[in-house]
Amino acid sequence: METGRRNFLKIGGLCTLGLGSLRLVDAIAKTEEPKFLLNVQALSAKRWAMAIDMKKCWEKGRPGCTDCTLACHSTHNVPDIGTQKEEIKWIWEEKYENVFPRQESGMEPEAIREKPFILLCNHCTNAPCTRVCPTKATFKRPDGITMMDFHRCIGCRYCMAACPYGARSFNFRDPRPFIKTELNTTFPTRERGVVEKCNFCEERLAAGKIPACVEACKCKALCFGDLEDPKSDVRKALASQFSIRRKPELGTEPGVYYVI
Amino acid sequence: MKMYDGKYILAGLIVFIVLATFPVWFTHGKAAPPPELKLDTPVIAKMANKQCVLPKEEMITGHMKLLNDWRTQVVRDGKRMYVASDGKTYEMSLQNECMKCHSNKTLFCDKCHNYAGLQKDADPYCWNCHIAPKENK
Amino acid sequence: MLERALTGSTRYKRLLGVLLVFMGLGFAAYLTQWNRGLTITGLSRDVSWGLYIAQFTFLVGVAASAVMVVLPYYLHDIKAFGKITILGEFLAIAACTMCALFVLVDMGKPMRLLNIFIYPTPNSILFWDVIVLNGYLLLNIFIGWNVLEAERKGTHYPNWVKPLIYLSIPWAVSIHTVTAFLYAGLPGRHYWLTAIMAARFLASAFCSGPALLIMLSYLVKKYSKFDPGKEAIDKLTTIMTYSMLISVFFVGLEFFTAFYSNIPGEMDSLKYLFIGLDGHHNLVPFMWLFAILAISGVVLLLNPNVRKNEKMLLAAAACVFFSMYIEKGVGLIVAGFIPNPLDQVHEYFPSLPEIMIALGIWATGFFILTVLYKIAISVKEEVA
Repeated sequence: METGRRNFLKIGGLCTLGLGSLRLVDAIAKTEEPKFLLNVQALSAKRWAMAIDMKKCWEKGRPGCTDCTLACHSTHNVPDIGTQKEEIKWIWEEKYENVFPRQESGMEPEAIREKPFILLCNHCTNAPCTRVCPTKATFKRPDGITMMDFHRCIGCRYCMAACPYGARSFNFRDPRPFIKTELNTTFPTRERGVVEKCNFCEERLAAGKIPACVEACKCKALCFGDLEDPKSDVRKALASQFSIRRKPELGTEPGVYYVI
Repeated sequence: MKMYDGKYILAGLIVFIVLATFPVWFTHGKAAPPPELKLDTPVIAKMANKQCVLPKEEMITGHMKLLNDWRTQVVRDGKRMYVASDGKTYEMSLQNECMKCHSNKTLFCDKCHNYAGLQKDADPYCWNCHIAPKENK
Repeated sequence: MLERALTGSTRYKRLLGVLLVFMGLGFAAYLTQWNRGLTITGLSRDVSWGLYIAQFTFLVGVAASAVMVVLPYYLHDIKAFGKITILGEFLAIAACTMCALFVLVDMGKPMRLLNIFIYPTPNSILFWDVIVLNGYLLLNIFIGWNVLEAERKGTHYPNWVKPLIYLSIPWAVSIHTVTAFLYAGLPGRHYWLTAIMAARFLASAFCSGPALLIMLSYLVKKYSKFDPGKEAIDKLTTIMTYSMLISVFFVGLEFFTAFYSNIPGEMDSLKYLFIGLDGHHNLVPFMWLFAILAISGVVLLLNPNVRKNEKMLLAAAACVFFSMYIEKGVGLIVAGFIPNPLDQVHEYFPSLPEIMIALGIWATGFFILTVLYKIAISVKEEVA
């Protein structure tokens, strides 16, 4: 009886293996014509980047203007949870000392110290968040966008610990009842338990449109384009003015530049 | 061959078999009729050739796999256009493309999913994030 | 052998009953989290890991108890450890199980757990941590069970177990190293970004694991006919003493680097922990308790008379265990998030349901431990 059971298990194991390899044969034997294509009107780049001209924002914008945030958050159905604890934000404002901690001299002009700076995901070239994600739910696209795959995220929040810029928000609860802006029915909402952040409007780029925040800014303080293209708006803006990036010492190579 | 604790084993086996076959004998003769899916939306009504991205049979059995493949292409590879076998191109989007024609989620998606006994609002969980079209009920 | 867990004294059954009540309460609290999400915890956008991950981090250390008895016995042939290797291995099983449960309850989408294996990602330390922890769990189950079964039958354990035993030794080092790497490789988290993080984890594991083992051995001796043996406890005490000294030394190193260099980012988290930062000082009492316990433990252990006195030794072991618990299970994780990347302080304190879930998992671990120890002790009593 003893050997009988063993043999049964051996044969059973081999059969299972054999059945499993059938899928492999299927996969190899399959030859399909390409059925998936890029959108023809899509905007494309080698490395998407943004330059934010804070001077333009402060000088030309009306005080308290939040057009970019509003445009982004209504485009992407970003909820307003109403508490600091569970806040969800893709693009928002902070003071100089918080945006560039340890870089303040204490002697800056009052305007710099008091005026709001605009923050969003930096879409780093060496993004720590994508390095730590255990499922590749957040990953780098070839065009430099740090993308979120909400279907795959397991909500471990390792990316939030890894991001040195505080760009990531977690859905502690179902966000739908908290969407205060008019629902954008062409873009999904998120589910409880996943992390979210700015996506550089990849869904708008695919449809040939520039990011919602850039489009919404009436004083043209936000400038978006291909960093590898010397003729792009971003490159021109950066070539003519001095700019800084957040925490450059970390080697993350942010894709968002600040002109002050 | 002697069987130890035979009465317990047999009693346990009988209970197991009764429980395992419960759905079969409990509903015997009372099978629910398969749902009739409504295709009478305004957009479909205007179509000359009422054809989905794949033949009907393939859509019935394989729409979940197709949607999953689309998802992978769009989210992970950034490709958004699908070329059907008849050469027509579609935008790969459940929310913006599928539901343009099938604007009657409750009479189309839900009807069959309910019939198949999928948990309401949880399985499939597409609609936790994707926004269903407005319907006049 | 499992049937031995089903019979036992009233005390044994009562203990299991109490643990079951806590497990039930924890499970009920987890059901609310399942239904309402992590909003029921004290976690926030800025402190996105808290009690759960801190418990996990501490318990990885406790799992080291096994290697500290297995290594001397199998590599250095110190016979005294032969009697208690099983206690170390079974403690590791309970600890690893708790680790896995703490990671599970921390997930926002637990039903997608298998994504970690469906999309294996070698560049993620978390992926490796899942592998080494489950591997260590399996190793200890296989080794402990087979060695105990052989002992019961009065035979030598099967030969294929031996390579697993040798493998389990470096494997134990790997679980601490990999868990430390979870934190030590993140840019912008100054408190965690330290090269001695893995060394600190090993040192604190090698004192908190043996400390718990010493306390458990005492309970085993008191409530059963099995005596783990004085020599083994003495040797464990030596290991614990050295490791505790090294642990405290390592914490001192962090202070030196931060405060002598005077770099604000390096100092802020330590300031937050011990004196408070920008008027926020939730953890200050805990950290001073840590300091008092750690110093008491060291002072007690350095005295040879204390090490020989059973009651005093237990007090010292308790000091070591709870000081390391506060350092890893309370301070380390939360302080990594304070101040946040924008140099603001948003504090964290666990919510009641969060604490209940954590207690429930601890109860689960002790339930497993009680059952396994019951089996091991029954076998030992039978053989003796």
